[in-house]
Amino acid sequence: MSGLFLIEQALNGLQLGLMLFLLAAGLTLVFGVMDMINLAHGSLYMVGAFLAAWLVNWSGSFLLGVFGAIVLTALFGMLLEATVLRTLYARDHLSQVLATFALILIINDGTKMIFGNDLPLSTPQALSGPIEILPGLMYSSWRLLLIAVGLVVALLMYVLVQKTRMGALVRAGASNREMSTVMGVNVTQLFTLVFGIGAALCAVAGSLLGPLLAVQVGMGENILILAFVVIVIGGIGSIRGALVGALLVGVVDTLGRTLLQQALREALPPQWASAAGPALASISVYVLMAAMLVFRPQGLFPVRS
Amino acid sequence: MRLKHIATFVCLVMALTLPWALQAAGVDFYVSVVSRMVVYAIAATSLNLLIGYGGMISLGHAAFFGLGAYSTGILLSEGVQSAGLHLLVIGLVTGVMALLIGAISLRTRGVYFIMITLAFAQMLFYLANSVKGYGGDEGLTVKVRSLLPGGMSLQEPATLYYVALALLAGVLFFLHRFTGSRFGRAVQALRDDEVRAEALGLPTFACKLVIFVVAGVVCGIAGGLSVNLQGYVSPNELYWTQSATLMVMVILGGVGTLWGGVLGAVALLLLQEVLSAYTPYFEFWMGWVLLAVVLFARNGLAGMSASLAQWRARL
Repeated sequence: MSGLFLIEQALNGLQLGLMLFLLAAGLTLVFGVMDMINLAHGSLYMVGAFLAAWLVNWSGSFLLGVFGAIVLTALFGMLLEATVLRTLYARDHLSQVLATFALILIINDGTKMIFGNDLPLSTPQALSGPIEILPGLMYSSWRLLLIAVGLVVALLMYVLVQKTRMGALVRAGASNREMSTVMGVNVTQLFTLVFGIGAALCAVAGSLLGPLLAVQVGMGENILILAFVVIVIGGIGSIRGALVGALLVGVVDTLGRTLLQQALREALPPQWASAAGPALASISVYVLMAAMLVFRPQGLFPVRS
Repeated sequence: MRLKHIATFVCLVMALTLPWALQAAGVDFYVSVVSRMVVYAIAATSLNLLIGYGGMISLGHAAFFGLGAYSTGILLSEGVQSAGLHLLVIGLVTGVMALLIGAISLRTRGVYFIMITLAFAQMLFYLANSVKGYGGDEGLTVKVRSLLPGGMSLQEPATLYYVALALLAGVLFFLHRFTGSRFGRAVQALRDDEVRAEALGLPTFACKLVIFVVAGVVCGIAGGLSVNLQGYVSPNELYWTQSATLMVMVILGGVGTLWGGVLGAVALLLLQEVLSAYTPYFEFWMGWVLLAVVLFARNGLAGMSASLAQWRARL
């Protein structure tokens, strides 16, 4: 096991973590401020990926397709918020689970009706090969782009939340919703906008991860739960927590998959190791989540006052 | 009150004569469809005990369904066919796991409880994916079925149906008796106000843990029946969407009502069965129905029948 290998795995972890952050950012705000469990958040990621794949194939331009998908998904998210989700904020968690699960069924099958079960989406030609980032270390240029985009978006979110008036209002809402409503913040309207931004970030993640994973119906369900892991670890309602949590989950998952598997290969027969490695990596993320919930349920960066 | 008893009686007679009726109509294939409803009715009722009576919103209940299914499936694939032994192993495996998961999860409250039960179910889901010796991610197919003490096999659809029905009746009878019992009242009191229940001297943690374990074991039994019904178990039975589906059944039927789990399971599976005959996109329309239920029928089907009775009384 060489140093270069470790750097490569760390970069993979960073890339996964930053993509998870894009998904978790919107989810954590809606969960934290509105106390709303939105299982349909993963559907926005899927919708974003399908729109991107369709628009890229139709227009022939990756950039145009992705921007179109971001705008359309944001509009779709805001429409969803203004029509259905808004009525659920005041309801109990059970109703929220039922309603947003119903939305998953509708959006999954609706996507299947319009686009079919999957759509092809490949990286643009210029970014499809690996490049040498260190002497002797070739790394996928597409993954590097994902890291760059993820870092830029994280920075933008930081500025938006910490330095703008809107961010201050959102933070006030997260800290104490009743009090900020009393102080004259229109939390409802604010949240249609927040939801739109969250949906746009989902579309960014969906269209960038599309070429790496696969653009198919049901792609949102698995990653949604990872996004929940991220926000539980980071602290529900905290953007900073979402970033730290996402990086932690990304690194634990990636290192678990590679280092753990190598360690197992030395200790166990090969067919066992190849089966147990990925499973243990996936499990370790949830062990982290459960431990956090038992010992520090408010997460790494508590928000509620 | 008498009307209710008559209705229950009519339901029971219909349930008992159903295999004959279906056979007479020449559609005995539907016996397994109805058995599936009964199996899920048991699972949903166990979750209703947890959510509706104990106030513990678990988004990981499918884990116990899967544990029961895998325990039975593994025993069957190893050639152990005794139903009594299956029941014992299901009880041990799901009971011990529920005790462990419950003892840890019940340290948390509210939305954190939802999240931690989800976390444990996901761990078991990935564990099921990794057991290559028993199918791994492709699932485990079993060729034989459980044998009852008299030598009857659950391979026979009608036998399986009656066994499942008897178990469901037992679960409902238990739930009915439990509601009015001292212990049942204690559990419902702590659901409504845990601080007050604790102040009254109730051992709240122990009460909740007992309910968690009982609900887990009952759901495991439903899982054992499911393997016998399908001859197949896969990790997907433990996936979070399966837990959410069970929860949807409970909410659809009526949270905290005796018949809520049964109504919800039958309604959801019936809807699925009917819609899928007309369109491949049945989940699309099911989603709209569920959404309408959340927005317009706040207390599920049981709540609807209650408000219907109120409306009748006013006439």
